[in-house]
Amino acid sequence: MTSALKTEYLTINMGPQHPSTHGVIRFILKTDGEIIYECDPDVGYLHRGIEKIAESVTWQGFVPYTDRVDYVCAMNSNLSYCMAVEKLMGMETEIPKRAEYIRVIVSELNRISSHAVAIGAADMDMGAFTPFVHFLREREHINDLLEMACGARLTYNYICIGGVHNDLPPAFLSKTAEFLDHFEIVVEQINRLISYNQIFIKRFANVAVVPPKMAIDYNLVGPNLRGSGIKFDVRKDKPYSVYSDLDFDIPIGSGRAGTLGDCYDRYMVRVEEIRESIKIIRQCLKQIPAGETKAIVKSTIKPPKGHVYFRTETPRGDTGYFLYSDGKTSPTRLKIRTGSFTGMSIIPEIARGVFIADLVAIIGSLDIVAPELDR
Amino acid sequence: MDATLISIGLDPLTAKITSMVIISVIVLLAFVTIGGILTLVERRISGFMQSRLGPNRVGPQGALQWVADGVKLILKEDLIPEGADRKLFRIAPYFCLVGIFGTMVVFPWGKGVIVADLNVGLFYFISITALVVFGVLMAGWSSNNKWSLLGGMRAAAQIVSYEIPVGMSLLVPILISGTLSMGGIMASQGWLPWEWMVFKSPFAVLSFIIFFIGSLAEANRTPFDLPEAESELVSGYCTEYSGFRYAVFFLSEWANLFVLGGLTTSVFLGGGNLPGALEGFTILSVLVYLAKVAVVIFVVIWLRWTLPRFRIDQLMSLSWKYLLPGAFIAFLGQAAYMLLTQHTPIVQSIIAVLMFLVFVFVLIRFGLKVRVSINEQRIPVNSPASNVS
Repeated sequence: MTSALKTEYLTINMGPQHPSTHGVIRFILKTDGEIIYECDPDVGYLHRGIEKIAESVTWQGFVPYTDRVDYVCAMNSNLSYCMAVEKLMGMETEIPKRAEYIRVIVSELNRISSHAVAIGAADMDMGAFTPFVHFLREREHINDLLEMACGARLTYNYICIGGVHNDLPPAFLSKTAEFLDHFEIVVEQINRLISYNQIFIKRFANVAVVPPKMAIDYNLVGPNLRGSGIKFDVRKDKPYSVYSDLDFDIPIGSGRAGTLGDCYDRYMVRVEEIRESIKIIRQCLKQIPAGETKAIVKSTIKPPKGHVYFRTETPRGDTGYFLYSDGKTSPTRLKIRTGSFTGMSIIPEIARGVFIADLVAIIGSLDIVAPELDR
Repeated sequence: MDATLISIGLDPLTAKITSMVIISVIVLLAFVTIGGILTLVERRISGFMQSRLGPNRVGPQGALQWVADGVKLILKEDLIPEGADRKLFRIAPYFCLVGIFGTMVVFPWGKGVIVADLNVGLFYFISITALVVFGVLMAGWSSNNKWSLLGGMRAAAQIVSYEIPVGMSLLVPILISGTLSMGGIMASQGWLPWEWMVFKSPFAVLSFIIFFIGSLAEANRTPFDLPEAESELVSGYCTEYSGFRYAVFFLSEWANLFVLGGLTTSVFLGGGNLPGALEGFTILSVLVYLAKVAVVIFVVIWLRWTLPRFRIDQLMSLSWKYLLPGAFIAFLGQAAYMLLTQHTPIVQSIIAVLMFLVFVFVLIRFGLKVRVSINEQRIPVNSPASNVS
């Protein structure tokens, strides 16, 4: 007997004000009960036209805007932009060694805090609130350290074209070492609390599998790409700054809880990257030389005509700055290529046929940050 | 109380009704107070677990926070969304309230302190709490909000599924004590830990575990808090509620926590039983009972702030594939166990003591593990971050 009852898909609006779409991200879901049939991301709620603003501010004046491109890891954004401008001006070799080390230390510290937020938010989306608060507590320590260095806690504007704004305060290095000793243990404790929890693994394993080929096709970058088992890291493969002098590993996903490239792999890559960052900072603390922290740069810079594309590895992955200069005091065109955007573009593909609860896990594991997505 | 009222000149029927009204009012107020205090307790404990303070401004150590919250909620406007089913929307919270508060009738506060020791007490308990699912489903349906609807549906599926393993696992204590009355079940246990229901046989332990997991799910507590999963469904079935009606949901949720603790304590953990020499000290019995309930509630709150949440399909498979067969095994196993050891009570006692010792051993090992974990931190967890810089 065929049923006379008609069923239809339920269209649900998720966001832009929804607890698990951190920031303002909107999805239009077509669901069959709780199973998602179609997921349509709607981006642009946090678009501030940063790339356009760049055309009307000076080269140095744009540095504070890069803080706002990705406020979870402002140091890394600063670094990306400043190194791009330095490359455009052909002054990469003039940067003092000490400045390069300071840049690496602060950006790795910022990477730790960014990953802490990403992991904590993923935990919170899974219903575990405590690990999130614990990670934020640890992030406070990092914020304090960076405040010591530059006076700001979130948007630093510390790295500048030609080096860093000021030298580190005397106690910074010892305090950082002390923090790392503490944090290494705390990360493991929080892992015991959540990452190795069976319920949590069940929620993340085998969900939203991104096979290596799909990851490349969709141009995933950073931890999302490495979660699919592809060993690519700009710091290692196209080394910039002093990363070529440092010894660290690139953690990749291995399908440790289920399939290669599932949410758990992406999550654990971040956890392991925290450990690698700790390793990097420890080496920097040992190797950091004394000396100048800023090369001599004119107050009004006019880079030569031409264009440059420079990539760095931010916590969200391979972030590229494309600069086009006409030899004027401000860029003629500036384009930022971010990791969140490609992360967002893969969601409709992998969120088909999963539960609404899994979509939350996917957003958490891809670590999408709204301001970086929309810029 | 009837007798007192009759002695001041009321006729028996009026006296009966008057005393019932008085008792109801007392019980209702008691439950409101307990529900309110539990919200505060939960917030303080979660604050402690998360290196923060929790509410500590209203009254000494925030003791009156729940009163302030309640007053605030009552003063708020009671919004009804456009397109809502007004009748259902209005009535839904009271189903939850009645479902939880109805259990008060058979709530054994201590030895002999029970409003009505029904001979089907446990049965009544399970039945009346089933009213909650109506309230939740009505709230979800009538809100005219898709998230609420999903929450309501989840709640209905979850509560109905978990009632079965919970009911099945309660058959074991019924087998052991041979009665359905709450007072009778309590009286069949002793005051020593190995005389408690939970340690009476290996199958009682199994049924206790199943019962505890199942009642967590019925009370919508983490890891089973799917109906109001904040990160998924905004606020589940009570998304659209505000003001007094929201307060009613809120209250019944926390009162449910107390009910959970109370049922666990009186059925499995010896209730308010006292040593023979102290028999008759009712107040002491009530205090013992409340202390045990507090421990159970603490464990529940602890779980809530530690564990992540299940997914709906995992939740269902846990209930139907593991808990329900487990409850069957516990029931049949207990019957066989009682048949085999019915002439040798000494074996039963030895097994009970052994199981208690195993429990103590597990507890000590756990405590040591936690201590190691705490000791290995360099910067103390609760130190303000400013100590770094």
